[in-house]
Amino acid sequence: MLEMKNVRIVFNGGTVNEKVALNGVNLHLAEGDFVTVIGGNGAGKSTLLNCVSGAYAPTSGQIFIDGQEVTSMPEYRRAKLLGRVFQDPMMGTAGNMWIEENLALAHRRGKRRGLGWGISSAERAQYREQLARLGLGLEDRLSTKVKLLSGGQRQALTLLMATLQKPKLLLLDEHTAALDPKTARKVLELSEQIINESGLTSMMVTHNMRDAIRYGNRLIMMHDGRVVIDVSGEEKAHLTVESLIEKFSEVSGSDEVSDRLVL
Amino acid sequence: MLNELSGAVALGLLWTLMTFGVYISYRVLDIADLTVEGSLTMGAAIAAVCISAGMNPFLALLLSFLGGMCAGLVTGLLHTALRIPALLSGILTMIALWSVNLRIMGKANVSLLRVPTVFDGFVALGLSKNISIILIGLLFVGVILSVLYWFFGTEIGCAVRATGNNARMARAQGINTDAMKILGLVVSNGLVAVSGGLIAQSQTFADIQMGTGAIVIGLASLIIGEVLFGKSTFLRSLFSLAFGAITYRIIIALVLKLGMPANDLKLFTAITVAIALALPVFRQRMQARKLAREGERACSK
Repeated sequence: MLEMKNVRIVFNGGTVNEKVALNGVNLHLAEGDFVTVIGGNGAGKSTLLNCVSGAYAPTSGQIFIDGQEVTSMPEYRRAKLLGRVFQDPMMGTAGNMWIEENLALAHRRGKRRGLGWGISSAERAQYREQLARLGLGLEDRLSTKVKLLSGGQRQALTLLMATLQKPKLLLLDEHTAALDPKTARKVLELSEQIINESGLTSMMVTHNMRDAIRYGNRLIMMHDGRVVIDVSGEEKAHLTVESLIEKFSEVSGSDEVSDRLVL
Repeated sequence: MLNELSGAVALGLLWTLMTFGVYISYRVLDIADLTVEGSLTMGAAIAAVCISAGMNPFLALLLSFLGGMCAGLVTGLLHTALRIPALLSGILTMIALWSVNLRIMGKANVSLLRVPTVFDGFVALGLSKNISIILIGLLFVGVILSVLYWFFGTEIGCAVRATGNNARMARAQGINTDAMKILGLVVSNGLVAVSGGLIAQSQTFADIQMGTGAIVIGLASLIIGEVLFGKSTFLRSLFSLAFGAITYRIIIALVLKLGMPANDLKLFTAITVAIALALPVFRQRMQARKLAREGERACSK
């Protein structure tokens, strides 16, 4: 579903501030893979996702989504293939617009927008039903401005928006990092439920090793802009935090695992 | 006094179209677009020159509209294709338009005395000049308000609003944010130019200076409208713009009547806008202080 071939991203190339953010990433995701992505600060996790989504253009290499080359396709055009949830709960929704307007925008992702009415009453009924499944009471607040919602509610809504049109690939970029632990748990479980129900191919960046082990069928760890660990299936199922740290020290040649990673 | 009042209402209605334009750039797109100072004059210049040359005044306004749209297009391209900050893009176009407008008029001002204007139809019916302007103003405001209300409810209109609200989210939903910004600026400046064309016809001349300070007048009208008449829904916001523009003109007529020198008007307007923009900050501080006091009282109990 996703194919990355030798993708490199260099920021500020040719200057003293040159930073190699991705250093030759090769990655293949099969349909239905739910991959958790883990790594220390500056390892390249977010850059990886931003590169797939088109926010950053690769310096070299190729990216294919669903067999289609997207390497130099602009972000807004690629959006038809992708569902995205960001770390910042403010980022994924338009705060000054209503809940139903946000959903209607997401509903039209990848479609040609014309001068037809921005939302239909048939859609409204559909949104109400889908919001009810979130169990947050949002179904009765269709014409509430999104900025009045809590961070957790906004992330849940963004998640719904990202999957309203079934995406080829769902990108979750530390989407629970800004939430309190209880809300984070709830949003994570909701993510898993949605992913499993529709069999979505997904990538989830997280800072939390336990979550990375607990969710998904595959785990990759990044270090210095490379994929250094890639485990899946049985091996992933038997992974523990300890064995993961051990594995990491082996491949990275250092035992500095940041505290945030272990927590 | 009644005459001055009807004059203020008439002028306010013509400036409402300009306020609509400022609303689209400033509120919907979240861009402070200074192009409007040039496009207002451009609309006036085009209308004046075309009418003087014998063109139908309504047709001349259509050309004003197109001219303003071009100005918006230039600012939009400077901002999106060349990545020049929005404020600076607007300033560049505004400055360039000064020369363009002088070229259009061939001199610093063009008189519209003794030529037909859009107001003639009603004047011919025996109505006074002010009443004629008010009726034409109402007609234009009514039509454009309806069109804007419709447009921003469509799929494309929603995409423009999302772009101004959160461009990153908009892109993630497949919206070409650069195109939406350009579209918004084009429509905005088109409306401002129509406003300029109507103002020139009402005051019977176009002048190279007439756009100076227009952005501040537009903002003043917008903020007065929002504060006095509310902005709970989009439709209400649009009506508030019209009421705001009219209220602004009435305030100006009033302070002039009370003896303020006309030369001090721009200072007065600027101060009004500064205070109005600062109001939310003051309100927030007051609220914080009130909460702190209540907290203290609760603790000492």
